[in-house]
Amino acid sequence: MHGKFLTAGVAACALLAVAGARAAEVNYAAGITGNAVQVFEELVAPWEEATGHDARLVPMPASTTDQFGQYRLWLAAQNKDIDLYQTDVIWAPQLAEHFVDLKEAAGDLVEKHFPSIIESQTVDGRLVALPLFTDAPALYYRKDLLEKHGAAVPTTWEELTETARKIQDAERAEGNGDIWGFVWQGNAYEGLTCNALEWIKSFGGGQIVEPDGTISVNNEAAIAALDLAASWPGTISPQGVLAYKEEEARGVWQTGNAVFMRNWPYAYGLGNGDDSAVKGKFDVTVLPRGGDSDTSAATLGGWNVAVSRYSDEQEAAISLAVYLASPEAQKRRALIASNLPTIIDLYDDPEIAKEQPIIPRWKDVFLQAVPRPSAPTKTAYNEVSSLFWSAVHDTLSGNGTAAENLEILEADLEALKGDGW
Amino acid sequence: MATVAAPAQPISPKGRSELKAQRVRAAMWFLLPMVTALFLVAAWPLLRTIYFSFTDTTLNDLGGGEWIGLQNYLSWRTLSSGRTIFRGVLADPNWWNAVWNTVYFAVVSVSLETVFGVIVALVLNAEFRGRGLVRAAVLIPWAIPTIVSAKMWGWMLNDQFGIINDLLLKLGLISEKIAWTASPDTAMLAIIIVDVWKTTPFVALLVLAALQMVPREIYEAARLDGVNPVKVFFRVTLPLIRPALLVAVIFRTLDALRMFDLVYVLTPNSSATKTMSVIARENLIDFNKFGYGSAQSTLLFLLIAGFVLLYIRLGRLNLGGRGL
Repeated sequence: MHGKFLTAGVAACALLAVAGARAAEVNYAAGITGNAVQVFEELVAPWEEATGHDARLVPMPASTTDQFGQYRLWLAAQNKDIDLYQTDVIWAPQLAEHFVDLKEAAGDLVEKHFPSIIESQTVDGRLVALPLFTDAPALYYRKDLLEKHGAAVPTTWEELTETARKIQDAERAEGNGDIWGFVWQGNAYEGLTCNALEWIKSFGGGQIVEPDGTISVNNEAAIAALDLAASWPGTISPQGVLAYKEEEARGVWQTGNAVFMRNWPYAYGLGNGDDSAVKGKFDVTVLPRGGDSDTSAATLGGWNVAVSRYSDEQEAAISLAVYLASPEAQKRRALIASNLPTIIDLYDDPEIAKEQPIIPRWKDVFLQAVPRPSAPTKTAYNEVSSLFWSAVHDTLSGNGTAAENLEILEADLEALKGDGW
Repeated sequence: MATVAAPAQPISPKGRSELKAQRVRAAMWFLLPMVTALFLVAAWPLLRTIYFSFTDTTLNDLGGGEWIGLQNYLSWRTLSSGRTIFRGVLADPNWWNAVWNTVYFAVVSVSLETVFGVIVALVLNAEFRGRGLVRAAVLIPWAIPTIVSAKMWGWMLNDQFGIINDLLLKLGLISEKIAWTASPDTAMLAIIIVDVWKTTPFVALLVLAALQMVPREIYEAARLDGVNPVKVFFRVTLPLIRPALLVAVIFRTLDALRMFDLVYVLTPNSSATKTMSVIARENLIDFNKFGYGSAQSTLLFLLIAGFVLLYIRLGRLNLGGRGL
C-alpha cells in the first residue's frame, strides 16, 4: 500500500513540476451566441495540447454594446484577469491604446488575410487585433414556403415586403396563426445600426457618415428606405421586432414562424441543426436592394482577437491569438461554426466547400459589404451609432416621421462633429 | 454617545472632566475604523466624481482630464449668425427626458407598492392556517436578485414565446400578442409591473412588523363600540403604522430614484424608459464622456440628497407634533 501511494505521489509531483514550469492559464473574454462555448472548447483543444497552457473562456452577454461597456471598464482599470478580448470590427480605434501590437508576432500570417480587414484593425501603424472571422448578413428565406405559394426569391425590399405579406396572409388563412413575414434586429442597439445602414445604403442613400467625414444621412433615398422599414412592424414583422436582437429573431425563425430573416452566417449552421424546425427547408441569398439603386448592401461585421497590455501572461496570450487567426484554426471554425474565414485561400478549400457549401457562396455577400462609419468618426463612433439607432428606432416605433428624425439626426451629428471628428 | 454622557457617581469637577475627556478619546478610537471605512467607500468616490464633473476626463485616460469649470453643466456660445447655442447637461433634452422618466417611475411604482404592500400585510396579519408558509412565499420575489428576476420577466414578457401574452390570449383579454418591452407605450408599464412585483414584499414586510406592534386591546375597544372596519383601518391602524410606512416609502423612493438594473436588462436603449442612472452610465462608459457622465451622476446625487434632507425635516416635524 505504502509503496503504491509513494509512487503515485512522486508521479504527481513530477507532473506538477513539469506543468508548473510553463503552463499558463489565459482568460479569453467573448460574447456568447448560439453554441459559442462548445465551439471555443473544440477550437482551443489542439493549442492547449501543443503548448500545455490552459485557455479559459469568460462568457459575456451577446450584445456587442454590453460587451464594449464592460471591456472599456476593465481596460480602463488595467484589469489583469483577462488576457485576450474578442473584439468587434468597429472597436479598434476606440480601444487601441490598451492592446498589444501583434504585427511582429503574426509575421507572415498578416498577408494571408483580406487586406481590408487587416487595415480596419490597424491603428496608427499598430496591428491591435488579429481577425478571427468576418461576418456579413444575408437574407434567409424558406424555400418550402416560397415554392408552396409560387413566389420568387425577392431581389428588392419592395418585393420582399409584398411576398412576405402574401405568404403570411395565406399561411394564416390556413391556420398557421404564429407565422410572420420577416424578422430582423430592431432593438435600439448596435444591431439596428447594421440593419438600417443596409436599408439606406441599398436604397442609394449613402452610409451615414462618408469615408471623408461628411454627414450624408439626411437625404431622399434614406428617408424612402426608413419609410418602407417603418411599415414593417405590426404588418409583416411582429411589433416585438423593435426589441429583437439576433437571438430573438433566430428564435422566431428557427421555430418555423418566419418566412424571411435577416441574420449573420452563424444562424445557418444552427438552423440546420437536428433540433431545428426549419432544417433543410431554407436557403440564403444576398440582401435585397431598394428604390432606384441597383446594388444591395451587407454591413461588414466580424470579430477579432486582441491581447491586453495589462496581461501577466502576454506570451501565452499572443501565442493563442496567433493560433486562433491561423489557417488551421479558421478552417476548424468554419467547419464547426459556419463562421466566415478572413483568410482568402480558405474560400477555395474543398473540405469547407463540401461541409459548409454556404461559405464559398458567401463571397458574393462579402463583396457587397459596407463598413460602418467607425473609421471616419474615430472615438466618437459609439455616440454616432447611438444617435443613429435612436433616430431609426423612433421612426420605426412611429415616434416622428423618417424625414423629421433624419433632419434632427443630421443636426445632432453636426453638433457632435464640431470642427472635425 | 448616550452612554458616554451618563456618569452617575458624583465626582469632583476636575476628575469628572478628565474622565469625560478620556471616554471621548476612547470613543474616537472606536469610531475611527468605521469613519475610515465610510470615507474610503462613500466619501472618496463621491468627491472624486464631483471633481471629475468639472473636468473633460475620458475613460481611456482617467488622470489626463483638464479643469473646464461648469462647462459640463451648462455653457453657451454665440454663433456668428447671432444665434446662441447652449451645451451641457442642463441644456440636454436627453437628460430632462431621463429625469422625467425617473420621477414618473418613482411616483407610480412607489404608490402602487405602498397600496399593495399594505393590503398584503393586512392579509398576512390575519390568523389563518399555513400563515407562516404564505409569509415565506410572499417574500420570494424580494429574495431573488434583481438581475435574475429582470431576465426572467424579460422572457415572460417576450412577445412571441412569452407566457404573459399566452395567458392573456387564452383568457381572451387581448386579441393579439403585445410587444411589452418593444413598444414605447408599454415599455415603462412593463418596468413598473416588474418593479411592483419585486418590491411589494419589502413594503409588506415593514408594514407587517408594524401591524404586529399594534395593541389588540385597541381593536377590541373599537369592536365593542361598534366602529365599522373601514373606519377602524383609517382611524386606528393607519395612524399607528404610519411611522413604519413612512420608512418604507422613503426607502423605496430612494431606491426608485437611482433605478438602474431593471431598465438596463429589459429595455436598455429605449428613450421611453432611460432613467438618470442609465443615461449617466451611458455617457460615462459607452460614450467615453467621463466628465459629462460625472456631472449627471452629481446632479442625481444632489437630487437624492435634497430628498433625504426633506425627509429628515418632515420626520422632525412629525416627531415634534407628537410631543416626543
